[in-house]
Amino acid sequence: MTDQAGINRGRRTLVIASACAGSAAAVATAVPFAASMLPSDRAKALGAPVEADISLLAPGEKMTVEWRGQPVWIVHRTPEMLEGVKKDDDKVADPKSDRKKDELTPEYARNEYRSIKPEYLVVVGICTHLGCSPQDRLKAGPEPFASDWEGGFYCPCHGSLFDLAGRVYKNKPAPDNLKVPPHTFLSEGKILIGEDKKGA
Amino acid sequence: MAAVEKQPVTVSGAGPLNGVMSGLLTWIDQRFPLVETWRSHLSEYYAPKNFNFWYYFGSLALFVLVLQFVTGIFLTMNYKPDAAQAFASVEYIMREVPWGWWIRYMHSTGASFFFICVYLHMFRGLLYGSYRRPRELLWIVGVLIFLCLMAEAFFGYLLPWGQMSYWGAQVIVNLFDAIPFVGPKLAIWIRGDYVVSDATLNRFFAFHVIAVPLVLLALVGAHLLALHEVGSNNPDGVEIKNAKDPKTGLPLDGIPFHPYYTVKDSFGVVVFLIIFSIVVFFAPEMGGYFLEANNFIAADPLKTPLHIAPVWYFTPYYSILRATTEQFVLWVLTPGVVGFAALIVWSVKNSNVRIAVGVAAVVLLAGFFTLDAKVWGVVLMGISVMIFFFLPWLDRSPVKSIRYKGPLTKAAIALFVVAFFILGYLGTQAVTSGRTFAAQIGTAVYFLFFFLMPWWSRMDKCKPEPHRVTGK
Repeated sequence: MTDQAGINRGRRTLVIASACAGSAAAVATAVPFAASMLPSDRAKALGAPVEADISLLAPGEKMTVEWRGQPVWIVHRTPEMLEGVKKDDDKVADPKSDRKKDELTPEYARNEYRSIKPEYLVVVGICTHLGCSPQDRLKAGPEPFASDWEGGFYCPCHGSLFDLAGRVYKNKPAPDNLKVPPHTFLSEGKILIGEDKKGA
Repeated sequence: MAAVEKQPVTVSGAGPLNGVMSGLLTWIDQRFPLVETWRSHLSEYYAPKNFNFWYYFGSLALFVLVLQFVTGIFLTMNYKPDAAQAFASVEYIMREVPWGWWIRYMHSTGASFFFICVYLHMFRGLLYGSYRRPRELLWIVGVLIFLCLMAEAFFGYLLPWGQMSYWGAQVIVNLFDAIPFVGPKLAIWIRGDYVVSDATLNRFFAFHVIAVPLVLLALVGAHLLALHEVGSNNPDGVEIKNAKDPKTGLPLDGIPFHPYYTVKDSFGVVVFLIIFSIVVFFAPEMGGYFLEANNFIAADPLKTPLHIAPVWYFTPYYSILRATTEQFVLWVLTPGVVGFAALIVWSVKNSNVRIAVGVAAVVLLAGFFTLDAKVWGVVLMGISVMIFFFLPWLDRSPVKSIRYKGPLTKAAIALFVVAFFILGYLGTQAVTSGRTFAAQIGTAVYFLFFFLMPWWSRMDKCKPEPHRVTGK
């Protein structure tokens, strides 16, 4: 068993094998610890859909509901606002919502206004740059950051701009449009946020 | 068996209890390396005799570490790591716990002073070439301590659960989101939720009070052991071990750490405490730099404050992150990578190195045109901190200390310091196009300082080093 150099080869093989087995066990033990840091069942359950009553939301106004701890904005857009969205087409980076479609824009919102009904915009109010919540600059008119502003949102953290369809302006730190969450109209005045229409 | 062979310890002098003390110390020393440890690390650890002002900050950093441990332990007695109670429990400490305000202000002020001491300590290393051979590992352990400290500060900043705590953590955790492919999953794993929430607060508390402090302590221990192995550098950058007394074998320019430097450092601690107390008692918020106004408002996940900025010690890196726009990647990073690759290929003759550099440059250029600028901002911010690890190999100067370096080094260090301060200032301010441009220039200077160091440090006209320390 011992070679010329005085090494017991059989013993060395066993030492290597048991060290490997021990390391594998140690790594496997790390898995439950790492997994314990994932969202808990309760945190996942809080991701359940929420209902929003929009019957009292006047044209030109915005409301915020909380879904998965994030602000979800619902804007009741006036015809002028929708006109503004059209004018923004050449100012925004991704006018047709082509980027990361499956993640950011559900199929039913892949249109000019990024919404099911043109007058109701539903987006997650979290900037796609580093997660700040942009501020309302809903009214059209000159702003310090844009002279011909058609209304939209301004992110105070790093200066990203979004139009009233949640589309990001060109050359801003945010790479993508605001996320349209899965949502569906339960009735004329009720929206369910967090779930698509069944079978649709 | 060693216990019997060891010499008994005798306490010198004529105190009445010396006999008892000698007996006790002998008993301990025969079972624990007490005298040996005392001698090798204090009474017979020889440090250069020419330490100056800059050499206060190592021991001061150690002092602040102890201060943070003590105040931190007392804060945990009243703090509640629960999203529903955290903010109120901090206010409870501030208003109702006897002396709670004092302990809390010492802890929050201590965090800033920790960074002041560590930055000055690192700058000392830069001035006198303390990272050069044989102190590379000592420096690396030091940079690891710096990284740990940043993690510790970041985790701790979430705990008061104010608006700035919340949105600062949100922005920093979202940096991981930028990593291609695994980013979004990784960010959820770090937060333990889809947004910063109670789960995040609870785990940051665990990291802040136990995980990171343990690592920090171990690293500080390693830093001191490594220091005592290689010996301290000094303002002249020459080794005191090279000139020893032929009879005793002790360095001629060395003095025992105790009592000489223990007394000097104690004096430093007294002066430090005077300044520290003035801040704690009269300006604990330091005009919004140590404690930000928005953090006196409870965290609101639905509303970002008008202006968010990290605490001052993170702002230079934060500026670098914000400076990396699409334009910056296109007009500065792209030519920068091409130029740097050309410079290496021109000055290194080894063909393997040349090929590796070429491949790396092509991969980077491909990345610049495919990945978002956001990713490169995160990468640059990471490099801006990690680059410190490489300092021992970037500096190619024939001398260690700035005293014998030439005008090129002095100009480069001056430019770097200016860029660092400008970036730091800009990081506290809201973005405008002018400020972004200034931050981009600062970022370029910051990286040129490090990346061109192998060339400018070699080109510089240095004076000859003395054989012995000058004692100036």
